[in-house]
Amino acid sequence: MQNYLDGNVLAGPLGEVFAVDVTSAMGQCASCGAQAAVAQAHVYPDAPGAVARCRACGAVLLRLVRAGDRAWLDLRGISCLELQMPSE
Amino acid sequence: MARAAVLGRLTWQDGTVREIRRETAAAASIVIDLPDWSGHTAGQHVDVRLTADDGYSAQRSYSIASAPEPGRVELTVQRLPDGEVSPYLTETLQPGYPLELRGPIGGWFVWDPASSGPVLLVAGGSGIVPLMSMIRSRAAAGSQAPFQLLYSVRGPADALYATELSQRQRQADGLRVDYVYTRTVPAGWPHPPGRLSAAVLAELTRGDDPPLFSPGGLPPEPPAPDRRSAPSGGEPPGHRAGQAPAVFVCGPTGFVEAAANLLITAGHQAGAIKTERFGPSGG
Amino acid sequence: MGIVSPGFHGRRGPADQKLPPGQYLVTDFPVLSAGPTPRVDTGSWQFRITTETGQVHTWDWAAFRALPDDEFTVDLHCVTKWSKLQTTWRGVSLDTLLAQADTSAQFVLAHSYGGYTTNLPLPDLRDGQAWIAFEYDGKPLPAEHGGPARLLVPHLYLWKSAKWVQGIDLMDRDQPGFWESLGYHNYGDPWREQRYWGD
Repeated sequence: MQNYLDGNVLAGPLGEVFAVDVTSAMGQCASCGAQAAVAQAHVYPDAPGAVARCRACGAVLLRLVRAGDRAWLDLRGISCLELQMPSE
Repeated sequence: MARAAVLGRLTWQDGTVREIRRETAAAASIVIDLPDWSGHTAGQHVDVRLTADDGYSAQRSYSIASAPEPGRVELTVQRLPDGEVSPYLTETLQPGYPLELRGPIGGWFVWDPASSGPVLLVAGGSGIVPLMSMIRSRAAAGSQAPFQLLYSVRGPADALYATELSQRQRQADGLRVDYVYTRTVPAGWPHPPGRLSAAVLAELTRGDDPPLFSPGGLPPEPPAPDRRSAPSGGEPPGHRAGQAPAVFVCGPTGFVEAAANLLITAGHQAGAIKTERFGPSGG
Repeated sequence: MGIVSPGFHGRRGPADQKLPPGQYLVTDFPVLSAGPTPRVDTGSWQFRITTETGQVHTWDWAAFRALPDDEFTVDLHCVTKWSKLQTTWRGVSLDTLLAQADTSAQFVLAHSYGGYTTNLPLPDLRDGQAWIAFEYDGKPLPAEHGGPARLLVPHLYLWKSAKWVQGIDLMDRDQPGFWESLGYHNYGDPWREQRYWGD
């Protein structure tokens, strides 16, 4: 039973934290090295916070909790993000 | 335009409902006026927030259905039987009511009319909504990019935008629409109901013009001036020689998984396929 | 607070029950998860208590089910604001399981099949406050609700009631678990509305 969505659902919550869209950024899983767009992660959005997992190995890529006036973000599961920038 | 605008963090905007149109028995399109809205890219969505008078709030995401337009956005909402938000939007909301939303959201599952390459759209149920935004955006921009839509629905009564899709297809400007009926078929349909399969995918994307069938059993239009050559050996299915299509798949998770697997097996590169899953959660 | 949506009430039950602050009543049983539902068959299931000195006590399913169990009815309060009252369970009390453990530890880290963790003070697991539950509403606990067995600690927010529990580590030092390390309150008393750090 597939109860996950994909990283597109994080675009709103992450858009509250970052000024640019990060779902189209490429990320590398810190656990298995697989590379994919954040939008392609398997996301479990309903928990007390959002959890994005690597679609290859299932390791947690990122976690986000949103309270009324605070947000907590853990990105340790992604070793780096590659973001498209406007060309100079 | 040389640079993309820096968005700034997303914030909530107060919109006003302008119009509500029933699409099917369970779905309605809602047009919302938003004074500070500067448009979107097809495929993006908005978050909608409802607040009760005691402060309780619920929030859901909905794909934008319209082509980009400053000051206005249109959503198509499917009423889910146990939904908390969708019954309000499809049954209680009235023109003139406020509606709080934020967006546009998303940078992955988007299509810009500046791209001229062929596009294959695969929709399951209400997954048609962001793909319809792409179709409308394409028309508004006068794009001739070859577009093919495969739309999987339970039956003709569940198909969103059926009349509009039929009209747009008749423009003969490179849009092709095919339906896959999974439970009930229209009168005269030559196939029994069934899900999208490898065989159906192959038949629908092999590049023949004109389409053989349309909903309601209407006769096909005479062939349009040929805008898509038949594929020669070794080329990707159904599109202009030499160009593999960008593929967008949207719908419930199970549909998206199955369709993506069929597409990869049929020869589409994984990197060319973008997916957006709608969940069983929400509504 | 956003602008009020005329006519919107949301999916809530009557508010006349005494609920912890900020909670609303539900009649269904929402399923929230941080990952895929683990599928653990009772043939390989194990529950393990590890003390602060490294002693290990393990039960397989047969040994676990041979222990005395209670049927009990409790209210559940989830930090996402829903409460479900008068839920009926069957489970083995942590008092029974801890009886064998020689410990002076003050803290517990519970961990689950699938990797989830949550921490609590050890006294909160004693004195009839906590169970390893294996039946809900008279039937074997479904996997989506934490089956074959979950921790149940109803006096705290439900994230402390680790689904698919695999064991508990008794520790001299407190170690924040999965949500406690990302903003959720270290203790989580619903009656004092301890949802987030600093509450």
